[in-house]
Amino acid sequence: MKQKGWKELTPGAVILEPGNAVEFKTGSWRAFRPEWKEENCIQCLFCWLYCPDMAINVKDGKRAEFNYDYCKGCGICALECPGKKGQKAIVMVEEGK
Amino acid sequence: MARVVAVTGNEASAEALRQINPDVCAAYPITPQTDLMQRFSGFVSDGKVDTEVILVESEHSAMSACIGASAAGGRVVTATSSQGLALMWEMLFIAAGMRLPVVMPLVNRALSAPLNIHGDHSDSMGARDSGWIQLYSENAQEAYDNTIQAFRIAEHMDIRLPVMVCFDGFIISHSIERVEYLEDTEVKNFVGEYKQLYPLLDIDNPKSYGPLILPDLYMEYKRAQHEVMTKVKDVVLDVASEFKKLSKREYGLFEAYRLDDADIALVILSSAAGTAKDVIDEFRGRGIKAGLLKPRLFRPFPYEEVADTLKKVRAISVMDRADSFGGYGPLFMEISSALLHIKERPLLINKIYGLGGRDFLPGHAEMVLNELMEIVETGKFKTIKEYIGVRE
Ligand code: SF4
Ligand code: SF4
Repeated sequence: MKQKGWKELTPGAVILEPGNAVEFKTGSWRAFRPEWKEENCIQCLFCWLYCPDMAINVKDGKRAEFNYDYCKGCGICALECPGKKGQKAIVMVEEGK
Repeated sequence: MARVVAVTGNEASAEALRQINPDVCAAYPITPQTDLMQRFSGFVSDGKVDTEVILVESEHSAMSACIGASAAGGRVVTATSSQGLALMWEMLFIAAGMRLPVVMPLVNRALSAPLNIHGDHSDSMGARDSGWIQLYSENAQEAYDNTIQAFRIAEHMDIRLPVMVCFDGFIISHSIERVEYLEDTEVKNFVGEYKQLYPLLDIDNPKSYGPLILPDLYMEYKRAQHEVMTKVKDVVLDVASEFKKLSKREYGLFEAYRLDDADIALVILSSAAGTAKDVIDEFRGRGIKAGLLKPRLFRPFPYEEVADTLKKVRAISVMDRADSFGGYGPLFMEISSALLHIKERPLLINKIYGLGGRDFLPGHAEMVLNELMEIVETGKFKTIKEYIGVRE
């Protein structure tokens, strides 16, 4: 992508296209990746509720896969996940492993 | 028809604000500004203006409220002094960086410590790099006129920057002087309707203010901000010439007083320029070619124009009512930068005077002018920076 020169900027850094955060993919910052173990999931949706980045998809009222484009790997979902009988449904694994 | 009144600088400035009737005013009291905002709040309580006054709990909040209201789409004012301006510091950069045309009378006052409520320029000089346009006023009339013109400059479509209208604490803010007021309708027509460029309240066109800009673009935004500053001079002159039609009073980037053929000159800001002009007249009466340059637009600084006006003068004393500890006075630094590219440039000295409201007396101006005459005769000077009116 060609970077803008100073003559092309809006005054005062105002952003005129609403909703453009969609283009700002934060997933590249991640050092750890959450992984979903569906067999341990009780569909409580705590992960969806707690995720600060809306990086957990919900389909038909049920928890679906992660949206890794926006997942920063903070691990909050894994921490909050109650899992089934003490077995977490989300585990953090090092990115690239 | 102009109304001639006897008022203080604060009163004149509040009157200008009444005539302009801004949408929002954030107010927090600080001496010697208190009486300005109090008078303006009086107009609000009496229904003379329909301004929304936001009473805040600090100057930091005052400037924050101004920023919010201005981004929303309002014509916005506040006023402050000294520590109040210092407390606004962080937000000053934000108002300028977001290109919000907030107008702020600044009743100049010394900065602590030691605590002092009287007038000097250490507050505004401290804020000179915040991206605000700065206008300085010699007396109550200029404070009034500059306040009215400030709105036109700030809100000009090519500019969109905040403007500080500086005038000396107590000396101007609290002394009663003769002032000519314009008619309410004249002021109203002069400032015109305000249109925000990107109002947040225009909900059909949503937008965001204040994004995070990392190294990939930050410098471009700063470069663009400097570019806007280079356009300010022309707008200031255009607004001044329109204002002249209305008021018969002339304003420029600075005032060149008896400078045409001057051998020696003072460069001096605000109220002390008035005192110095009397002394200049007296020297002229004795056949000595003395003159004075009184900057009006300090940010952006009109380097070329100042250099052009001063280049033929042989010796100049730049008078600073603020200090830069371990450096030369802030005005001196500007004047020496302005003259840097001139080969045969005047000899320059720097006098620090009037800190914390210390009187600037005709005798001081006389002393400095005598020293300049000596410098012209001998071609030599003793020291560059010196304090005057200070006990040894
Ligand atoms: S790791 Fe953090 S960002 Fe990623 S899905 Fe879990 S809570 Fe959301
Ligand atoms: S928090 Fe754990 S158990 Fe609950 S829905 Fe999310 S993955 Fe499933």
